[in-house]
Amino acid sequence: MAKVDKSLPLEYQTEQSRLNILGFWIFLGAEVVLFATLFAAYGSLKDNFAGGPTPAELFKLKDVMIETLLLLTSSFTCGIAIWYMRRQNLKGLLTWLIITLALGAGFVFVEVNEFIHYVHEGATMQTSAFLSSFFVLLGTHGLHVSIGIGWAILIIIQLMKHGLTPTTARKTFIISLYWHFLDVVWIFIFTFVYLARMGG
Amino acid sequence: MHIKWEDIVITGDPLILSAQIGITLTMLAIVVGVTYFKKWQYLWDEWITTVDHKKIGIMYIIVAVLMFFRGGVDGLMMKYQTSAPEMDFLDAQHYNEVFTTHGVIMILFMAMPALIGLMNVVIPLQIGARDVAFPQLNALSFWLTFSGAMLFNISFVIGGSPDAGWTSYFPLAGKEFTPGVGNNFYAIALQIAGIGTLMTGINFVVTILKMRAKGMTLMKMPMFTWTSLITNVIIVFAFPILTVALALMTFDRLFGTHFFTISGGGNAMLWNNLFWLWGHPEVYIVILPAFGMFSEVIATFSRKRLYGYNSMIISIVGIAILSMVVWVHHFYTMGSGPVVNSVFSITTMLIAVPTGVKIFNWLFTMRKGRIQFTTAMLWSLAFIPTFTIGGVTGVMLAMAAADYQYHNTLFLVAHFHYVLIPGVVYAVFAGFYYWWPKMFGYALNERLGKWHFWLFNIGFNVTFMPMFFLGLQGAVRRSYTFSAESGFAPLFMLSAIGSLILAAGFAVLVYNIYYSTRYADRKISTDPWDARTLEWHTASPVQPYNFAITPEVKALDAFWYMKKNKEGLVLKEEELEEIHMPSNSWLPFYMCAIFGVVGFLLVFELFIPAAICSLGIFVGLIIRSFDYDEGYHIKLDVIKKTERAWRGEK
Repeated sequence: MAKVDKSLPLEYQTEQSRLNILGFWIFLGAEVVLFATLFAAYGSLKDNFAGGPTPAELFKLKDVMIETLLLLTSSFTCGIAIWYMRRQNLKGLLTWLIITLALGAGFVFVEVNEFIHYVHEGATMQTSAFLSSFFVLLGTHGLHVSIGIGWAILIIIQLMKHGLTPTTARKTFIISLYWHFLDVVWIFIFTFVYLARMGG
Repeated sequence: MHIKWEDIVITGDPLILSAQIGITLTMLAIVVGVTYFKKWQYLWDEWITTVDHKKIGIMYIIVAVLMFFRGGVDGLMMKYQTSAPEMDFLDAQHYNEVFTTHGVIMILFMAMPALIGLMNVVIPLQIGARDVAFPQLNALSFWLTFSGAMLFNISFVIGGSPDAGWTSYFPLAGKEFTPGVGNNFYAIALQIAGIGTLMTGINFVVTILKMRAKGMTLMKMPMFTWTSLITNVIIVFAFPILTVALALMTFDRLFGTHFFTISGGGNAMLWNNLFWLWGHPEVYIVILPAFGMFSEVIATFSRKRLYGYNSMIISIVGIAILSMVVWVHHFYTMGSGPVVNSVFSITTMLIAVPTGVKIFNWLFTMRKGRIQFTTAMLWSLAFIPTFTIGGVTGVMLAMAAADYQYHNTLFLVAHFHYVLIPGVVYAVFAGFYYWWPKMFGYALNERLGKWHFWLFNIGFNVTFMPMFFLGLQGAVRRSYTFSAESGFAPLFMLSAIGSLILAAGFAVLVYNIYYSTRYADRKISTDPWDARTLEWHTASPVQPYNFAITPEVKALDAFWYMKKNKEGLVLKEEELEEIHMPSNSWLPFYMCAIFGVVGFLLVFELFIPAAICSLGIFVGLIIRSFDYDEGYHIKLDVIKKTERAWRGEK
């Protein structure tokens, strides 16, 4: 067995865990660049409507507000889950993780509905450069959230199987980093894609 | 579905037909050979499933040498086609495909695997570590690179090669102008390989930051480790841009979006910007590790400490930062306006400053040194003047106003070959000769090495020097032929002759590998060059666990210090402990296969089969998530036996 340093928080106790967590932070750095590039593409194409619908005609503030509330709340509940993990409370951790995922699933559900609504209005990825960049930016974020949900389910199964060990704690901690990161990206999407363009 | 079945296998070209037959026969020969010698089990256990950084590094190097051959044949075909006016060896379309694949393969599947391969072999040893931070991820990186390389390479026999240049500018690379699958291969194969490279970047940043031997502070790291660290930081920040650019290209080509199209409000310039936002840092991703290798080789064979260690580090960090802010110099002529062009002109010229500092540091390292003219050192010596020619012509190209004259001519082509061949290829060759004893326990033949060096070096200069003058006379790049009236014929002919000498040099390298593997002396020292860094402080070839006891570093050039002060050279057996090792895994190879299949289906726009097969990717990820394998321990008596064997003790 690997050396375990009990003086550190559970997720940092083995050398491999410390490496994995640093590696994941660097991965998130790469993800920042990935989303920044998508934002740059959106920023340079956002006014090219090519005769298609404009944001003011298209966006529904209500749906977007619901999505924002769901995702921001899920980030908060994810924080609570890690708070329970630090206190060795497996039941609290699992409960709050499941609440987090339910909120995430709600977010994806509303977003998919929003997209279906746009497509029915005749606003597809192929309509204009604005919509191409809109769908790919939002779609990439939505895909990240969906993958995150699937990934977290795997970790919940492992938590139930192995309990709280340095390994499962590290895995849980890493997905919480991922989840908060997606929340940060959403704040930028909400601000620059939706709010800044509601007025038309 | 716009792809017709009869378009899938390319027919009707004798060159491609012979390649198809050749590939089929080679594959058969490999299968028959491995079966005959009963090596499947060995291949599977020792190589395909390995997570050992040294073996992964060697596999990267094998891929690089094979791809060098493939890209080299492309280059020779171009040189033959342009050796005289109005040749009809290749038609315009075929020539387009050949220069596209030449560029992509040489940069992404030759230079990158060669450098990452040497990094894999050397870096953990140089920092006194037992492996990289994530051994299995490392294997995945290799296998994804391999998957992308193979997918890209089959394009010329199945479906057709990409033909829009290695830069694949839009609108030419869009569906409207290149409806075939060639550019789908480009978008998807590069995507797969790029993900592998990004993982390598993360892996090596963590390895170098967290796994250095006790006492090795950042400012005691060997120069190759430093340049590799910075390279991998650039990889982490540049490759996601390529990921996005290729994804947007894929969406445009496969799903009819309007990112780079002329219609629908797309902007073709966006592609140029995204491509070079990755592409320019990529140039430094391949050049910086090469600089590190030259630093090691020059210091070792001058028998001196590297001159200006601190200024070297400041220079590479400076180059890394500047590499991110020069991309517009690739398209001054696209009309960004004088202000933008001027800014990028200045940032580009600034890069000459840290690079110049490094050139002088190498020269001062050699000053008053006792230089040994080994093959590795010869490559390093030839690098300095030839690379400087590449650098100085680069400053000429950096001047935006003057660039309107040079743009898209062979002058530019000569320039970047003068940077990349001395910069990267010479470094890789120097690295091969220098680290070959470490990898395999025998040295490459020095006499053949000198033949290799002189043929390659002369051939290189004869090939590319005339292209500067052709370019200044107005010969454009990527043109499949020229007229007799142009007066270009003599220099083109000279260049073609040079390429044959160059090819002869490469052939000598291949023969040298064969000859040395068969006949070289196996009883050489583990430190044949009297070297300075920690990779020489262990057996050659290196035992699986690298170091029985991880060394303690007291100074820069740690191994040199140990030798001079006779410290830490003798193994104290009572201090040995069992060594923890990671288990082999079949998953990286599985991911290679499944990514290859999904990529292939996507290239041919078979979306439903691709979606079904991509479930296999998730299956692989799920298996990995549930994998709680803790590895195994090497027992004390095994370690003692191994250590006594190479140390020559009873």
